[in-house]
Amino acid sequence: MALKLHGKQHINKDAEIPTASLADIVFLLLIFFLVTTSMNPDKGLGLTLPPPGKEVKLTKENVLSVYINSEGKILIGEEIITSDQIRERVEKRLNENPELVVSLVTDAKADYNSMVNALDEIKLAFKDLKKENPKFKEKISLATPVF
Amino acid sequence: MKVTAKNKGSAKIPTASIADIVFLLLIFFMSVTVFKQFQGLKVELPAAKATKKIEKKRIITHIWIDSENHLNIDDMPITLQKIAPLMSKKMQENPAIIVSVRADKHAKYGIVAQLLEELKKSNALRVNFATLTKGGGTS
Repeated sequence: MALKLHGKQHINKDAEIPTASLADIVFLLLIFFLVTTSMNPDKGLGLTLPPPGKEVKLTKENVLSVYINSEGKILIGEEIITSDQIRERVEKRLNENPELVVSLVTDAKADYNSMVNALDEIKLAFKDLKKENPKFKEKISLATPVF
Repeated sequence: MKVTAKNKGSAKIPTASIADIVFLLLIFFMSVTVFKQFQGLKVELPAAKATKKIEKKRIITHIWIDSENHLNIDDMPITLQKIAPLMSKKMQENPAIIVSVRADKHAKYGIVAQLLEELKKSNALRVNFATLTKGGGTS
């Protein structure tokens, strides 16, 4: 009896999962992820804000104020300049005094675009100086306008 | 003298490993993909040269400001007053959050400054002004 059963066993046939289509499925998934992946990363001008309530006292000599009025005109020191002159001016002043903090004072009615432009130029100026001296620290402050 | 063609065997490209290669690629893309979560407002971003990429996509909170001073945080319309409490909550969950300000270039700076004040209140100090890249810029 036992012998007969043994002879009838069919389970040694290979049980296989069909894998031929696996590659196709994986390909489809791959194409899906390829399409959905956005390769354009978020870009922008980074800045760290000062913590609230912590006021840092600065002496007048160590601050370079860049003013932007409601019409987008830019003033450094006593001079009205165009936005492409900012970089050069800021660099010159930074070379004279590396401790300098650049303060960007923008009118509440000015366009955001002009503020970003000025910030960009200031950042570029710092970047140039960083190339010469990697230890150079970027010190930019955004003044709060009066509303 | 007989010249015999030796390469009679059919030339085949081994395809057995294609699946493995594709699997690797798939896993790479699966781990890299961050789905775009929010639609945001329609804004015209300003352009800048000194732009930097934000590498850590998963810790960014986006705030949109359009030219009509509408504010929007992660697809939720919001008022200025409500930003500080909301951001404080977010900062508690993850103190490393970077706030990406996606403001329209025609927006007034006043609203951006007010937003920055609110962010300061909620201790969200890492801010990024989203811009496009102007030609000639590096990185």
